[in-house]
Amino acid sequence: MKKSYYLFNPVRLSRKDNTLQFTPFDEQGNEAGPCRYIPVETVSDLYVFGSLDANSALYNFLGKHGISAHFFDYYEHYTGSFFAKEYLLAGKMQVAQTRHYTLRNKRVALAQKFIEGAAFNILKNLRYYHNREKDLAASISQIEKYATQISATTEVPELMGLEGNIRQTYYAAFDTIVAGFTMENRSKRPPKNELNVLISFGNMMCYAACLDMIYHTQLNPTISFLHEPGTRRFSLALDLAEIFKPILVDRTIFRVLNKREVQPSDFATDLNGCVLKESGKKTFVKAFEERLKETVKHRTLNKSVSYKHLIKLECYKLSKHVMGIEEYKPFKIWW
Amino acid sequence: MPITATHVNLYHVCHRELWLHANEVRMEHTSDTVSEGKLIHETAYPQRAERYREIVLDGVKIDFYDPKAKVVHEIKKSNKAEAAHLAQIKYYLYILEQNGIEGATGILEYPTLRITETVTLTPTDRSEMVKWLTNITVILNSLTCPPLLHAPICKRCSYYDFCYVGE
Ligand code: SF4
Repeated sequence: MKKSYYLFNPVRLSRKDNTLQFTPFDEQGNEAGPCRYIPVETVSDLYVFGSLDANSALYNFLGKHGISAHFFDYYEHYTGSFFAKEYLLAGKMQVAQTRHYTLRNKRVALAQKFIEGAAFNILKNLRYYHNREKDLAASISQIEKYATQISATTEVPELMGLEGNIRQTYYAAFDTIVAGFTMENRSKRPPKNELNVLISFGNMMCYAACLDMIYHTQLNPTISFLHEPGTRRFSLALDLAEIFKPILVDRTIFRVLNKREVQPSDFATDLNGCVLKESGKKTFVKAFEERLKETVKHRTLNKSVSYKHLIKLECYKLSKHVMGIEEYKPFKIWW
Repeated sequence: MPITATHVNLYHVCHRELWLHANEVRMEHTSDTVSEGKLIHETAYPQRAERYREIVLDGVKIDFYDPKAKVVHEIKKSNKAEAAHLAQIKYYLYILEQNGIEGATGILEYPTLRITETVTLTPTDRSEMVKWLTNITVILNSLTCPPLLHAPICKRCSYYDFCYVGE
């Protein structure tokens, strides 16, 4: 099984025969600790949060093995990617995908599906905690009301507004779900408090995971339906992430906070806002990775699949939809 | 679109797979079966390279052709899709014939199963071939994807998840 690697500390990356050599270094550029060697065929992609020192020979080597590297800034905002040659892009799929973007009713229909899936999975989370003695009845009925309006929308901005309302109601319920942390308002750039930091960090991880899966299919990651293409370079990953955030990110947040795996001491506050310290990032990434690897029995495939694979299956369904093979039905958590 | 040997092979496996392949919906080529197949080619007959040449006729590439003995060689891993393998070789023989090379024969080998089969092109094959090629053209030009096969081979097909994922 190939694995994603997350690099938080400054590291020099080089090729050593058929392995990748990771050499940590300090601020002065001196070696700071033992090297690690990782066989190249076990690496699926790299997520770079700290500084990465590498030369073009290394990137050629990564490219040859289909390994992409994604880069993030200090606040974990995605800044760009090195993409291995886009070996799976297909002309016909791109044309079909573009047509679903340019024809308004086709685009709205798909965008609605993403919100529909997101709302369903959000409600699933709320009901789960509602059944565990947290009173979330008001939020649930409010979101249910919003959800009934999805199919009546005719424009994407209208749909985005609805989505905003759903999220706002949902995030407000986080205070009830996780004791000891408050949400106040959703703040992004930069996040103002611990919960907001975790949401931003988690959403970014989810975006990266979706991007990774899209990349392994023939879909073009820059052509999206709900989000305006160009919102971010790979806006299709934002579309897909809507569906998976409640299941992958929010559940992970509830877990690490309620089990006290991430503590207030894992955060630091500076002038600009709140940041997650390295200890906190590591804990969260580990929990998130575990979540991606967790498996469920798939209803129609008749076998167990990981959460990560569920994202890829979503890409398949989307491909089938744009190719006119089968209408897309968003993933709705069924257990 | 020129018809390739892969098209003829897939036509005998699954029309939907043929359509998906032709419409560039491909699965990742990280599959173990693919690399295993390559390895068999590379390791099974090291001396073969001397006799066999790669030739291209009408856009159809024959990997192993012995021009002296007029023999087409094809190596496969498992004989589960034997009809498709035979069809593929017959297509090679047909293309050779169309290009004025008469009386060529084929050898189909499954080294891991120690099975070797000789293949020739019969008059029945020739008329069948015309039918296959017409049907393949229809499928390749179709705007709609052929239905699911619902056959046991689906389980082993690289498109299985793609085809059968519902919700
Ligand atoms: S899974 Fe079955 S229906 Fe789909 S392409 Fe493969 S053989 Fe054909």
